[in-house]
Amino acid sequence: MRALRIAGTVAHAASRTAAGAAARTIARTAVMALLGCLLVPAFGRAAEPIVIGGKIFTESYILGEIAAQSIAAHSSVPVERKLGMGSTGILFEALKSGAIDVYADYTGTLAEAILKQPQLKSVDEIRRALAPMDLVISGPLGFNDTYAIAVKDSFAAQHQLHTISDLRRVQSTLRAAFSYEFMDRKDGYTGMVDSYQLHFDPQKISRMEHSLSFQAIADDAVDVIDVYSTDAKIKKFNLRLLEDDRGYFPVYQAVWVARKAFVERYPQEWEILRKLEGTISESAMQDMNAEADIQKESFGKIAAQFLGAAAGAAAPDAESATQKIWQRTREHLWLVGVALLFSLIVGIPLGVIAVRFHAAGQGILIVSALVQTVPSLALLCFLIPLFGVGTKPALAALCLYSLLPVVLNTFTGVRGVDPLHVENARAFGMSRSQVLFRIVLPLASPTMLAGIKTATIVSIGTATLAALVGAGGYGAPIVSGLSLNDIPTILTGAIPAALMALIAHGLFELLGWAVIPAGLRKHQ
Amino acid sequence: MLILQSISKTFENRTALTDVNLSVPRGATHALIGSSGSGKTTLLRITLGLIPMDKGYVKLNEQALSSFTPIQWADRIGYVPQDGGLFPHLSGRNNVALIAKLRGWDRARIDTRIEELGKLVDLDGGVLAQFPAELSGGQKQRVAIMRAAMMDPDVMLLDEPMAALDPLIRRSLQQELKFIFQRLDKTVLLVTHDLGEAAYLAEQITLLHDGKVMQSGSFGELLHHPADAFVTSFINAQRGVPDAATVAA
Repeated sequence: MRALRIAGTVAHAASRTAAGAAARTIARTAVMALLGCLLVPAFGRAAEPIVIGGKIFTESYILGEIAAQSIAAHSSVPVERKLGMGSTGILFEALKSGAIDVYADYTGTLAEAILKQPQLKSVDEIRRALAPMDLVISGPLGFNDTYAIAVKDSFAAQHQLHTISDLRRVQSTLRAAFSYEFMDRKDGYTGMVDSYQLHFDPQKISRMEHSLSFQAIADDAVDVIDVYSTDAKIKKFNLRLLEDDRGYFPVYQAVWVARKAFVERYPQEWEILRKLEGTISESAMQDMNAEADIQKESFGKIAAQFLGAAAGAAAPDAESATQKIWQRTREHLWLVGVALLFSLIVGIPLGVIAVRFHAAGQGILIVSALVQTVPSLALLCFLIPLFGVGTKPALAALCLYSLLPVVLNTFTGVRGVDPLHVENARAFGMSRSQVLFRIVLPLASPTMLAGIKTATIVSIGTATLAALVGAGGYGAPIVSGLSLNDIPTILTGAIPAALMALIAHGLFELLGWAVIPAGLRKHQ
Repeated sequence: MLILQSISKTFENRTALTDVNLSVPRGATHALIGSSGSGKTTLLRITLGLIPMDKGYVKLNEQALSSFTPIQWADRIGYVPQDGGLFPHLSGRNNVALIAKLRGWDRARIDTRIEELGKLVDLDGGVLAQFPAELSGGQKQRVAIMRAAMMDPDVMLLDEPMAALDPLIRRSLQQELKFIFQRLDKTVLLVTHDLGEAAYLAEQITLLHDGKVMQSGSFGELLHHPADAFVTSFINAQRGVPDAATVAA
């Protein structure tokens, strides 16, 4: 900040002399160079690798790594990992659109969330139902990861809880934290309370991000949570699974899900994945989850250990930490840079139009404000059918989000220009476009620049969500850190993102010297 | 020579101007005076070509406004808005040079003209390098006059040139303005609400009220031979009017 202030003072002193023009040219060149850097990562994509997807929780990361490393070890086709992409809906859209080729899912999830036919139980029934959608599933990988209800050991002992039915004894005072997916699935919460005749106090049930609910129960903020039966945190937090004494929860056999086109194009690679059928036992999966969640071992290493030393060479850990951060920085800058460019090219004209045409203006402002109210995850979900997964939907979402501050501030800035200046300019014989570019926009520039700055800083924050659709960036470690309840990992994404926001703030101070006319700067 | 002939203008349901006539011979200074709401601002905007009139003509050297393009007209009428109306984001110099640049003048021509005008209004390059917010009221007014004169127009149109100035500065600037008008040797139409200012700067005065011309003539004629009771009351209402005895009829 201090350096910036000094630079500012120098620019100030210089602005009265001929050197002022040079200083402004340098500042402008620096801005252009920065934009240039942002545009570079667009090129250099490898041709047609097999893309392995994964959801945003530990087990899915590990299974994704196992798939990636198996193929890498036994085939020459390059493999790309898009792990930690969010929830079932996003993965499924990604698979259909061809953005990913294969990922691991569970029979219960496929029947309930994708086929909407919860009565389908067996792998064969589900395979037949998926065939018309041009999707293929493998045989079961070996373990069953179903929903389960967990309480603390101490709480179970205190209230003599062994089965889900036992919860009826404490139902009126029970405090629960259930994941969004569990609350909303037909084979989740609603079915469970029906089946077990449970009557919880709705006031005492909170919906919570799954990885946070463990922290909540550990802190005694809640008494009961939903878990996956292979979750390592069950042991870590001394939780007890209550027996599903009515056999309510469906079986969740893990299987590979792939597009038919992929299986036909890469039959050998599909066979490699199918060799893993029946090889991952429930206890093996629990141990692997524990290694990741408790010993903080990397997913790559865990998968390599499972597959044996031969496959270990394919683990991605060869990348150094700085390389990773540099890679994420480029991805993040690319996302923010493109969104910003879009908001400038589209937002500024919209803001100007909004001032000139009153009715259209109200429409533009209302629509851009409405976009802002759509939660980012929901917006990403809407955009996946249009753009697939990866960078495109993330960019589209960021562009939409960064629009409002630019449109609104352009509108406010342009409307705030004294109409007498416009009339005088017309009286001097200036054309409409000369009035706009020589008078109105320069006078509105401080307000407009403030909007562009807001858009940039908001984009830097929002771009971390891009990792949920596989667009990378600083969000990648934040998302995987959240699923692991691993704060250091979260920080490796959060701190650079915060630094980038600070740097952006500083750059905008500099940009102010280059763009805002000196006559307005001095008297702001 | 600037001629405004039988000009009428109605806004929706309000009559702003009725059959207004006014002529300023080449090189003369004419004051258009009236209180707020008298229609003088509307007449000014019509003369500038900013709004159309319902009836009548504006003529410059026997050529009607309608036969000029907006740019040609703008370059024939040098306009000094109220308080100077300088663009705050441009230095004094760039305010003056703005239109010439847009018209494609080269740098040398602009520099020569600015130097010429600077001498005329007594402003040096140091003052011109400053931004409007750094200039005094009098300096702003002079920069605005330079800007209006830049394209060497036939007529200078000044809207309330002294309105925002301190009374003391006002007095000295009035003298200076008179001097500048003489040196510029332009036809000048001055809009003001101040009779003293009009009497000091202009040879002829037109008093406007409710969109009609009440009287046109020299200050002495207005003072000694008022057309009606309104002219008398308007003159009496103004303070700081020179003593009647010192003014020839």
